[in-house]
Amino acid sequence: MVIPFDRLERLLLRVQRPGRYIGGEVNAVRKDWDRTPVRVCLAFPDVYDLGMSNLGLQVLYDILNRMEGVLAERAYAPWPDMAAALRETGIPLYSLETFHPLSEFDILGFSLPYEVLYTNLLEMLDLAGLPLLSAERDETHPLVIAGGHATFNPEPVADFVDAFVIGDGEEAVVDVVRAYRRTRDGSREEQLTGLAQVPGVYVPRFYDVAYHPDGTVARVTPNRPEAPHPILRRIVPVLPPPPTRQLVPNTSVAHDRGVIEIQRGCTRGCRFCHAGMVTRPVRERPLEEILEAVDGILAQTGYGEIALLSLSSADYSRIGELVETLAERYAGLHLSISLPSLRIESFSVDLAEGISRGRRTGFTFAPEAGTERLRSVINKPIPTGQVLEVAREVFARGWRTVKLYFMIGLPGETEADVAAIAELARGVRAEGRKIHGRRAQVNVSVSTFVPKPHTPFQWAPLASLEDILARQQALRKSLRGGGLKVSWNEPQMTLLEATLSRGDRRLGAVVRRAWQQGARFDGWDDWFDQGAWSAGFAQEGLDPAFYTHRARGREEILPWDHIATGVRKPYLWREWELSRQVQSRPDCRSQCYGCGILAAFGELWTPAWGCPQRDT
Amino acid sequence: MKQRLRITYSVNGPLRYASHLERTRVWMRAARRAGLPLSYSGGFNPRPRIQVAAALPVGFAADEEILDLWMARPVGPTEARAALAETLPEGLTILRLEEIDPAAPSLPTRVRAAEYTATVETTVATQEVRRRVEALLGAESLPRQRRGRTYDLRPLVEGLWVEAERPGEVVLGMVLTAREGATGRPEEVLDALGLGEDFFRVRRRRLLLEPAAKG
Ligand code: SF4
Repeated sequence: MVIPFDRLERLLLRVQRPGRYIGGEVNAVRKDWDRTPVRVCLAFPDVYDLGMSNLGLQVLYDILNRMEGVLAERAYAPWPDMAAALRETGIPLYSLETFHPLSEFDILGFSLPYEVLYTNLLEMLDLAGLPLLSAERDETHPLVIAGGHATFNPEPVADFVDAFVIGDGEEAVVDVVRAYRRTRDGSREEQLTGLAQVPGVYVPRFYDVAYHPDGTVARVTPNRPEAPHPILRRIVPVLPPPPTRQLVPNTSVAHDRGVIEIQRGCTRGCRFCHAGMVTRPVRERPLEEILEAVDGILAQTGYGEIALLSLSSADYSRIGELVETLAERYAGLHLSISLPSLRIESFSVDLAEGISRGRRTGFTFAPEAGTERLRSVINKPIPTGQVLEVAREVFARGWRTVKLYFMIGLPGETEADVAAIAELARGVRAEGRKIHGRRAQVNVSVSTFVPKPHTPFQWAPLASLEDILARQQALRKSLRGGGLKVSWNEPQMTLLEATLSRGDRRLGAVVRRAWQQGARFDGWDDWFDQGAWSAGFAQEGLDPAFYTHRARGREEILPWDHIATGVRKPYLWREWELSRQVQSRPDCRSQCYGCGILAAFGELWTPAWGCPQRDT
Repeated sequence: MKQRLRITYSVNGPLRYASHLERTRVWMRAARRAGLPLSYSGGFNPRPRIQVAAALPVGFAADEEILDLWMARPVGPTEARAALAETLPEGLTILRLEEIDPAAPSLPTRVRAAEYTATVETTVATQEVRRRVEALLGAESLPRQRRGRTYDLRPLVEGLWVEAERPGEVVLGMVLTAREGATGRPEEVLDALGLGEDFFRVRRRRLLLEPAAKG
């Protein structure tokens, strides 16, 4: 039953930014509900303004809506004022295309790109009127499926999600729908058994987790023959063509622009980087396909800005040609191109200049650490002199603002490394002042390093709260003065993120308690509720420090070990050892280190990969 | 010579919930999708030249809004209208599209007043609403507070009447001044009538323009 507009209107006229809840975007797809047998709602558990910028959701929306007999609609997490209004009026959470309650869909597909969305996942299930626990839902409820980068460690939300799609979703989502069609008349158990046989799908209830008395995982065992162990991540050998009929919101959203993924994966091997480890191998999109997509997006969206996404733009092999062609082809057409993730090299300055059309907003660098030593530890070795040199060039070519990204709390960090952050920032400012005088501006963003699963730092302890606070304090003192601006993140929020990212299945109960006690939008300063989480941990008798500050040993079974990304644990351990020996390793395109990707996926190899062809 | 197109349109559905700036951007994007040769402002951050007669508050529907859109080279109004209509999102409908004198005075300077209807769901009897309307119209002044500023609402109310009544519902019509620095707001009028707490919908019927000066 569609929610009548008259009932909705009453809510919309009293909440903030009602445009978030009404849909009607250009390129939204509305298929005939009654004549479409499989109905999927793609759900993004963050506010509309952020969710609309998520490329993954757009890609799946496009693929599913192209399928015969399948429709895909969307829902985002309502802001707390709307959530309260929905509860008060008894209106269930609904989809933005046809205003059907989420509970009437066959499949709810949640996107979980980051961990701090877990309570919002629960909030959306609850607002949809669904039982939170997978075990309490049956075939009369929609299947709750989740994917996205946070699900490489699915355990903290394993209690709530029926099945996870691990890795690239483009092909997997088609298989999931097919498996569902085959089993839809069966029991939930039968449906899930069907899903468990789809490569890359993880059905948590088919695995039992046993713990040692000290709380570490003793083993994860499948409890039925259909459940694979480990669950190997899905990859697409070739990037499918990018969607061009992209959703154009009527209201303002975070990144209001067209998006093309030009390359997936990264071979640089930065040891802290989750995305770099879980999206291998590098797969390039052909230049011609990108150019065609730019045309398509402009024609179908009317956007004046297009972002070319990748983990490291300059590593796209034909990036120079791409930028040049775009600049030529769209000269005078008022198109702005953004190219995030530029490396600290003078080539990047050329690229940025090529797309800037004379406009000089901030130029962003991410040295991550203050000293060359610590940059070797994290395998992002850039000489300090080079940072300054490139900064000089940036200022010389007309930019007045440089943004610098750093992390504190990296493994092996000392006070000297932290002091060097301030020194480097001041050095960059000095370069700016030589050219622009007092108008030169350096914005320093200092985040706290969070060890992530499936990376070489998955064994590392998070810095202690005292150290984080002391380091922030030290930087605050030394980064005062004109032309310098510093931003931080809230340490308590970092602790939560760190707890959840390496959490085990027992954390599900904590997430639920925190949600019951009011936790939502945990990534938002205004909503983050430390008390709700502390209470949740206490009630479950779990200590966050066990997850955050504990160093793990080589033999320990990590809660996510049964999820295989293709990158092998011994390779990660070797990188962890090298990092402790302050040794960096060059980009693996020049020399394959046998990280495991070719062993796992070698038969899918194509020339568009960054990896060498496997010897056969 | 740049061409100036004047579009008269209605606002309904999802587009009611966009802000003035957001809706303006919706028009710009629609024009780009339609392939119209938009004229851009100069500078490092060029923007299409578009001018909306009067901002429409979030939540209001409208029957006859007006905007001007400049083209870098002339287009046929019929073709432009068809191309735009095909790509406009649900909720924006073109009623008229005409070419006007590029030297004509700018739209916002010509807006004098706006006519609204407000449909209010209320338990206050229509008799009583009529009495309050009379009282309001008879008042010398109506001092009110808005965002910490005191102003007189009375001179901004150029007309106010009960348009229709239905069980539990009363429809009010009003003409409110809409000039730079002197804008009457329908919700303020409803509040002055003691109906501000009731559920109401507002529709802007039309904008009243100063006659175009000869020149
Ligand atoms: S298989 Fe070799 S080249 Fe490919 S990502 Fe792994 S280490 Fe790099």
